[in-house]
Amino acid sequence: MSVKPVAYQPHWSDRFYLFAVLKGMVITLKHFFKKKYTVQYPEVKWPVPKGHRGAIRLNKDEQGRMLCVACEMCSTACPAKCITMKAAVSPWPDREKYPLTFEINMLRCILCGMCQEACPEKAIELTEIYDFSAYTRQDLIWDRERLLKNYDLTCDGRYFERSREETGL
Amino acid sequence: MPAFEGINMSWFFFILFAALAVGSAIAMISQKNPVYSAVFLIITFFAVAGCYYLLQAPFLSIVQIIVYAGAIMVLFLFVIMLLNLRKEIRLPLHGPWQVAFAALFAAILLLQLVMFILAAVPTFHSAPGHGALSGGGEPLGLLLFTKYIYPFEIASLVLLVAIIGAVVLGRKKLPKEF
Amino acid sequence: MFGMDWIDLGILLTKVMLVIAVNFLILMIMELAERRVSAFMQDRVGPNRVGPFGLLQPVADGIKFLFKEEITPSQVERTLYWLAPALVLVPALLTFSVIPFGMSFSAFGREITLQIADLQVGLLFIFALVSLAVYGTVLGGWAANSKYPLLGGLRASSQMISYELSIGMSIIGVLMLVGSLRLSEVVAYQTGSLFTILPRWNIFTQPLGFLIFLIASFAETNRLPFDLPETEPELVGGYHTEYSSMKFAMFFMGEYIALITTSALLTTLFLGGWDVPWVDEAALGSWGVLLSLAAFAVKTGFFLFLFLWVRWTLPRFRFDQLMHLGWKVLLPLAIVNILATGLFLYLAP
Repeated sequence: MSVKPVAYQPHWSDRFYLFAVLKGMVITLKHFFKKKYTVQYPEVKWPVPKGHRGAIRLNKDEQGRMLCVACEMCSTACPAKCITMKAAVSPWPDREKYPLTFEINMLRCILCGMCQEACPEKAIELTEIYDFSAYTRQDLIWDRERLLKNYDLTCDGRYFERSREETGL
Repeated sequence: MPAFEGINMSWFFFILFAALAVGSAIAMISQKNPVYSAVFLIITFFAVAGCYYLLQAPFLSIVQIIVYAGAIMVLFLFVIMLLNLRKEIRLPLHGPWQVAFAALFAAILLLQLVMFILAAVPTFHSAPGHGALSGGGEPLGLLLFTKYIYPFEIASLVLLVAIIGAVVLGRKKLPKEF
Repeated sequence: MFGMDWIDLGILLTKVMLVIAVNFLILMIMELAERRVSAFMQDRVGPNRVGPFGLLQPVADGIKFLFKEEITPSQVERTLYWLAPALVLVPALLTFSVIPFGMSFSAFGREITLQIADLQVGLLFIFALVSLAVYGTVLGGWAANSKYPLLGGLRASSQMISYELSIGMSIIGVLMLVGSLRLSEVVAYQTGSLFTILPRWNIFTQPLGFLIFLIASFAETNRLPFDLPETEPELVGGYHTEYSSMKFAMFFMGEYIALITTSALLTTLFLGGWDVPWVDEAALGSWGVLLSLAAFAVKTGFFLFLFLWVRWTLPRFRFDQLMHLGWKVLLPLAIVNILATGLFLYLAP
């Protein structure tokens, strides 16, 4: 293979540089007036694409009861072993068990979505919420109620729109 | 600059600048660190420039600052920093005769200086506002380009020769294709 | 200076304080503008949270600087290390004292010029101060006693000396036209019109001189594309690497004040100072004074924006390129400009 080295040979008009400088300055000035891509984050949240695997929620049915039957399929499938639950006899006649406690340690959770795939009742799902940081480690160990609240926040699919409406931005 | 109304004010500034000039000049030669010496020399130039201004020669005073304090001393500093000189290295004395000669020459220089000053004292009072050096650049420029045109041109030629000499001496032998 | 009464003194002090206050105000605006303009040119928004439109961001930054820990590294040369930041700031502020920023008017039974001191050698005074501005950088770099600041200081000294020459040579053309070193006369020369349509600004009579002055002033103020004394990728901030807290802030302030005075100087020398084209300010009375002030502000503001604009457009030069440009391009061009101006004056007096 033969490579022919070609040195950069500027045209004599390139040697003035000023025209090139002016061209560059016109470009930056154009951008000065262009649309800005900044998202004003806490007020406006970037809507994630469909299928984003964010915070976990526990789904409810039409009567507001949780769908989970405490079968432990999810905690078995979980590669990070972050789901723990304690089953109890269901208060409702259409199922045998329900989770008395249901905890997900979000410090360990890797948001892989295996629990969602393993669940036979479609009771556990990953949502589009990505901003769930907390001040203490304890705050990131989510109990049943916190997971059910995530369902309320995201069930209508308008999580990002709502945050925009609240701040008016 | 308006004419001095009270001689007191200009006296005050003259004493200030003169003291500053002498003091920083002494400080300059007594410093061990060359950078501090350079800094004191800059202060000396400033004080001298202030004296020029008091003599109503603003052009000269500003040129003194631009050329000496602004350009030459920056080059000095550049060289000092480039060579990274830190502390002065004290050379050993070569016996008592060296001290004696030094003292003798210093005494002669001092004598000359004193004689010169004493001879010049009677003309001191007439200094402000006279001569080509006062005022703006115009009288100085006229003198330089009429009466002193040959010394002026010769001086610039000498400088040119020095520049060319420096370039020739400092030029590296570069490979041909460069 | 001598032979003035209390009213004169009061007027003078007011002018001094006003100029310093306005300088620091513009400094704060510039600090914000730098960040917002750069953001806008990169399709971002920039700091907009502190106060309306982020206007209080400079205040927040100032408070932050004040409360930062003041670190004096153990290896520094104390005296010069402490002196250097002031040496950057003071000459930059002093420069404004000879720049006329508005039309003169009469009040209190006397003529008030909107200029602190109309020196006979005003222009040279500015160059003296410009040439002194380098000391803060050089001595700061040396006093830090550390390798990157030393390199920054070295670069600063050689860069400043090289470009001072071009800057000095480039305005000789203007001086030849005006025939005075007084800045008020430089402005007075530029009133009126050229070929009946153009304002008689030096930018039209001295375009080459203007260009050289503009390019060299980028180097003199250490702005990109010539900010080699403080290049962050190679010298980790250069001469101010070892500085922290308010001393670092003073280097920063000095840089921006120098920017403001350079813009004001460019305006005065080449854009007619406070002159409003095609308008006779003197006939408008006090409105004329305001108009002249506004004209000066707009022109200076344009140059300030230009400095930001160029900074966020061009990449940094290499040091050999910088030296090449200064010595082999700008200096010969400046000499050509002087010769051409002389020829012009000789042929068409």
